[in-house]
Amino acid sequence: MGRSNISIMKDSFLYIENVSKSFDDVKALDNVSLAIKKSELFSLLGSSGCGKSTLLRIIAGFEKPDSGKIFLDGEDITDLPAYKRPLNIMFQSYALFPHLNVFNNISFGLKEDRLDKNEIISRTEEMINLLELNGLEKRKVDEISGGQQQRVALARCLVKKPKLLLLDEPLAALDKKLRIQTQFQLVNLQYKLGITFIIVTHDQEEAMSLSDRMAIMQEGNILQIGNPVEIYEKPNNEYIAKFIGTANIISIENNQKKKNFFTSPDLNVEIETSINKISTKCLIRPEKIHIMKSTIDKKISSVNSCKGYVKEVAYLGSYTKYLIESNNFHFYVFQTNNFISENLNIKWDDVVDCSWDKEAIFLL
Amino acid sequence: MISILKNFKFWFVFTPYFWLVAFFFIPLAIIMKISLSVSEWGMPPYKDILAIDEVTGNLIINITSSNYTFIFSDFFYLQSYLNSLSLAFTSTLICLIIGYPIAFYVAKSKPKTRNLLLILLVIPFWTSFLLRVYAWKVLLQGNGILNTILMKFGIIAEPLSLLHNHYAVILGVVYTYLPFMILPLYGYLVKFDLRFIDAAHDLGSRNINTFFKVILPLSLPGIIAGCMLVFIPVVGEFVIPELLGGSDKLYFGKIIWDEFFVNRDWPVASALAMSGILFLIIPIVIFQISYSRYNFKK
Repeated sequence: MGRSNISIMKDSFLYIENVSKSFDDVKALDNVSLAIKKSELFSLLGSSGCGKSTLLRIIAGFEKPDSGKIFLDGEDITDLPAYKRPLNIMFQSYALFPHLNVFNNISFGLKEDRLDKNEIISRTEEMINLLELNGLEKRKVDEISGGQQQRVALARCLVKKPKLLLLDEPLAALDKKLRIQTQFQLVNLQYKLGITFIIVTHDQEEAMSLSDRMAIMQEGNILQIGNPVEIYEKPNNEYIAKFIGTANIISIENNQKKKNFFTSPDLNVEIETSINKISTKCLIRPEKIHIMKSTIDKKISSVNSCKGYVKEVAYLGSYTKYLIESNNFHFYVFQTNNFISENLNIKWDDVVDCSWDKEAIFLL
Repeated sequence: MISILKNFKFWFVFTPYFWLVAFFFIPLAIIMKISLSVSEWGMPPYKDILAIDEVTGNLIINITSSNYTFIFSDFFYLQSYLNSLSLAFTSTLICLIIGYPIAFYVAKSKPKTRNLLLILLVIPFWTSFLLRVYAWKVLLQGNGILNTILMKFGIIAEPLSLLHNHYAVILGVVYTYLPFMILPLYGYLVKFDLRFIDAAHDLGSRNINTFFKVILPLSLPGIIAGCMLVFIPVVGEFVIPELLGGSDKLYFGKIIWDEFFVNRDWPVASALAMSGILFLIIPIVIFQISYSRYNFKK
C-alpha cells in the first residue's frame, strides 16, 4: 500500500482497495478502488453487467474478492463473514421472510444478535414508528403493499444500527409516483440517521437526485467519481456524457491560428470555447442551446451558432424537446416552456437559428 | 347427454376419474363388502351378503361386524399395525435426514450438474424394485459380499447375521423410498430464493441458525410432501419385510397376506385392510384440511 493510499484510507469510511473478481472467465471487477466518506449518500451507477452488484455483494460479504482489500471504519473486513460485518443490505426484491410477520421480520436481526428481550421489542417498535408501519406488525409480508414491504426491508436493516447501509436498486420495484416520494424519504432518513448509504442503481435520474457523490461503472471499471453536477457537466468521456442525460457530441478540429477556436466539420461552423485544449470532440448539453424562429432579415454570426431545420418536436409540459438538423448533422435542443420563451410557436420543418455560449461547451 | 359425451373436454377431464372409479373405488367397495361378510369353506371363501334361501325363497342378509370385533379383540393385529407404523416413522425420518442434504445439494448445483444428478437419482427405477431388494439379500446374507469383505480384512471373525431382522427391513425401505423423499424436496428447494440465505447472513445469522430459522420453515411444504410419499406406502409395505425381514417383528402388510393366502380368511383380511386404510386416512385428511386452511389464511 502506497503512502497516498494510507491517507485516503484514513479520510474515508469505506475504502475499497484494488478489488478484482472474476466469474469463470468473465471479469466482473477489474482492480477497482473506491473511497467513501462517513455519512455520505453514494451511488454506484451503471448499466446491467457493469459490476456494480458484484461490488455490492463483495462489500456485504456474500462474495470473496479474488484480490484486493476492503476497509470499513479503519478495520480490514475482507475476510470477515457476512454475519459479522457491521453493515446491512436491502435487497432489490427485499428478501423479506415470507414465513414471518412484519414485527418478526424487523426484529430478526436483533434476535440473531441475542439482545435482551426488552431491548429487541423497544428497538423494533422504534423502527415501526420511524417508518410508519404501525398497525401492520402482525401482518404477513405478502399481505402488505409494495411500498410497505420496502419500508419493512429498510426497517429490518436500520434496526441493527449498521455503520453502512447498502441498497440494491431500492426503488426499482415501486411505481413511478411512489418512487419519487420514496426518494425524498430515503434522503431524509439518511440525513436524520447519519448512516453511510451506498445505493446501486441503473437509473441515472435516481442516482442524480439521491446522491452526494456517485461512481459511474462500466465493464468492471469505475470510469468517474464525482458529485452529480461534476458528472453531468464535466464527464470524463463520451460514454459517461451519453449515459447521463442527453448529450450532443460534436466532432471538432483545433484551429491552428486562433487560440480557443475550433472548426466543426459536423456543423460547418466555428466554435469558440472558454478554455483551450487539444480535442477532437466536444459536448453541448441540449438545454444550453437557444433556438429562435429564423427571420430572413436577421443576420446570424458564424461563431457558436448555426441554422437548422426542426425535424421533431416533443412537447413535455415543462419543456419541449426539438431534434434539429443542420448540415446533415442531428442534435437535440431542450427549451423551457416559460412565458417569456418564444419557442412555443416553433413547428416541424421550421428554419431555426441555434446559438450557444462559449461556456456551454465542454471539451472531451 | 349425448352432446356432453361427444365433447372432447369432457373426456379429457373425466377419463382419470373413470379410471379411479373402475380401478380404485370399485375394488375398494368389493373389499368393504367382503370385510362385512361371513367366512366359509368354498370358493369364494365367504358367504354372499345377499342370498336367497333355496328352501323358503326368502332373502337372507349375511352381514356381520364380527370380523372387525375379532381383529380388535386380538392384540396381535394391533401390534403388527404398530410395528408397521414404527417402521414407517423410523424410515421416513431417516429418509428425511439423508434426503434433505442431497435434495439441497442437487437443487443448488449448476443446471448441467443438476440434470446429471437427477438422472442418477432416477436410474435405479430402471431396474425392477423386486430385483433391487433381492440384491440387498445378496449383499447382506451370511456368505454375502459385506460379510466376506469384513472377514477378509479381519474386522470380524464370524459372519454377522445382517439379514432377516427389522434393521434389514429399515435399510431396504430407506433404500427403496429415498428417491420419493428427495424428488418432492428437490422440487421445493429448487425454487428457493437464495437471497433469503444472504439476507439471514446479513442480519447476523450463522449457518445453523439460517438453516433452522429460514431454510427449514420455508421448505416445510416440500418436507411434508416427501414424508407423505414415504410414510403412507411404507405402512402397507409387504415385499420388503417379506424378503429382508425375519420373525422378530411382524408387519401389517405381511399379516394381511397371510390372512388372505395362508388362512384363506378373506373377510378378516379385508377387515384388516379396511381398518388400515381408515387409520391412515383419518389423520391425513384432518392434517390436509388444517394445513390448507393455514395456507389459505397465509
